[in-house]
Amino acid sequence: MLLRGSFDRHLHVLEKEVFAMGDMVDKALENAMHALKNQDLKLAQQVIDDDALIDKKRIAIESQGVQLMVTQQPVASDLRIILSALYIAVDMERIADHAEGTARIALMIGNEPPLKPLIDLPRMTDMVRDMLRRTLDALARRDAECVRGISAEDDNIDNIYDQVFRELLTFMIEDPRTITRATRLMWAAHNLERSADHVTNICERVNFIVTGNFEEMRTSKY
Amino acid sequence: MNPKMQAINVSFYYGKKQALKNVSVDIKENEITAFIGPSGSGKTTFLRLLNRMDELVRGTRLEGRLLLDGENIRGTGRDVVELRRRVGMVFQQPNPFPKTIFENVAFGRRMLGMSHSQKLEEIVEKSLREAALWDEVKDDLHHSGLALSGGQQQRLCIARMLAVEPEVILMDEPCSGLDPISTLRIEELMQELKKQYTIAIVTHNMQQAARASDWCGFFLLGEMLEYGATGEIFSRPQNKKTEDYISGRFG
Ligand SMILES: Nc1ncnc2c1ncn2[C@@H]1O[C@H](COP(=O)(O)OP(=O)(O)O)[C@@H](O)[C@H]1O
Ligand SMILES: [Mg+2]
Repeated sequence: MLLRGSFDRHLHVLEKEVFAMGDMVDKALENAMHALKNQDLKLAQQVIDDDALIDKKRIAIESQGVQLMVTQQPVASDLRIILSALYIAVDMERIADHAEGTARIALMIGNEPPLKPLIDLPRMTDMVRDMLRRTLDALARRDAECVRGISAEDDNIDNIYDQVFRELLTFMIEDPRTITRATRLMWAAHNLERSADHVTNICERVNFIVTGNFEEMRTSKY
Repeated sequence: MNPKMQAINVSFYYGKKQALKNVSVDIKENEITAFIGPSGSGKTTFLRLLNRMDELVRGTRLEGRLLLDGENIRGTGRDVVELRRRVGMVFQQPNPFPKTIFENVAFGRRMLGMSHSQKLEEIVEKSLREAALWDEVKDDLHHSGLALSGGQQQRLCIARMLAVEPEVILMDEPCSGLDPISTLRIEELMQELKKQYTIAIVTHNMQQAARASDWCGFFLLGEMLEYGATGEIFSRPQNKKTEDYISGRFG
């Protein structure tokens, strides 16, 4: 067993890994949407390649967490931080997988003429990134009140998703030749909607770290 | 369910020194209650009050009430010998008598006036079985209890106590002198015993408290700062000092 000070340093390193992974996921979200919006195929390919690094980070966090559990038999907030770091890493990995999915959609679309200029999808992306960033800031500050507010914002994401869905449906009804392109954009919107759900999962973990309470925060209609 | 034992606003003094401050806690029937806390926080003092062992020390003073099945254990006319039969104690150092294994276990029964030898044999076997020692000693019943290993001696002391058919078992750091395997055997034994008995244990070993108990009370400087279900205490203690202690930040 480590002495307390040394254990604290290991916990600190683990938490820093979580924040580093958060930065990588944020970049993936940003790049995937940029690639889709600007038909930047090279950037899309890079998001796909970089996803392997994010998976690696998740494994690193998991193995450090397991190591600390086995050697330190943590209790109380130590236990809650380590457990939650593992879950948060899994949720972030899923967000990155969705970003990778959007990058693949960009590759599929390739250089076809765009259906419409993308406005709502980049807006959704900005909202999800903002939610994720503020959730991780709240983790650093151990702020349970803040994450409660963030998880409530999932409703806004759902509203834009509805709006995008209706708009794309209108395209398809008016001109069935747009169905393929519109469906692809719908997948991209769906990826973002799912990503926001993962952010609310992370909010629940932050709340658990701070308060010790298990609390379902997801209000998502999807 | 009614608590098997109850402490209500208990304070205790050795002369002028106050060792317990207004402790109130239930000890629930057929469950294991662990008391944890740093050295000198009053755990042993509290445990000894539960079968009036404090009365062996001069110049002490007790305030508050201690109940067994709802009745004051110090009420007028209450018999201390009868209380100690119902509420048995296992100590930190195994303390078998320099007698045979059989006589160690039969001792309490003989004191209570039983001499019928067949009945005694039955009780000795039953007690040794309950203490998970029978298989190891059944061929050596007339060898000295002192020849056993530390872990076996501790189980012998448990058997000796079980022979008088107690209702509550108090254990004061019963594993502190034992190796890890013997420790686990005692913990396993506790899980068996709690089906029939009520157990209160003092332990220095945080992992033991987490593994072996259902309820947990944290003592600090004579106060019980926190009490709750063991799973709760070790995953989300409410008191910062409890958290610091169980996480190894002091003590
Ligand atoms: N026989 C005694 N006479 C005087 N003081 C005592 C006696 N036994 C214990 N104390 C004091 O009472 C306090 C609690 O002791 P104890 O109950 O043995 O704590 P713990 O079991 O938690 O280590 C300590 O300060 C200790 O010095
Ligand atoms: Mg003690």
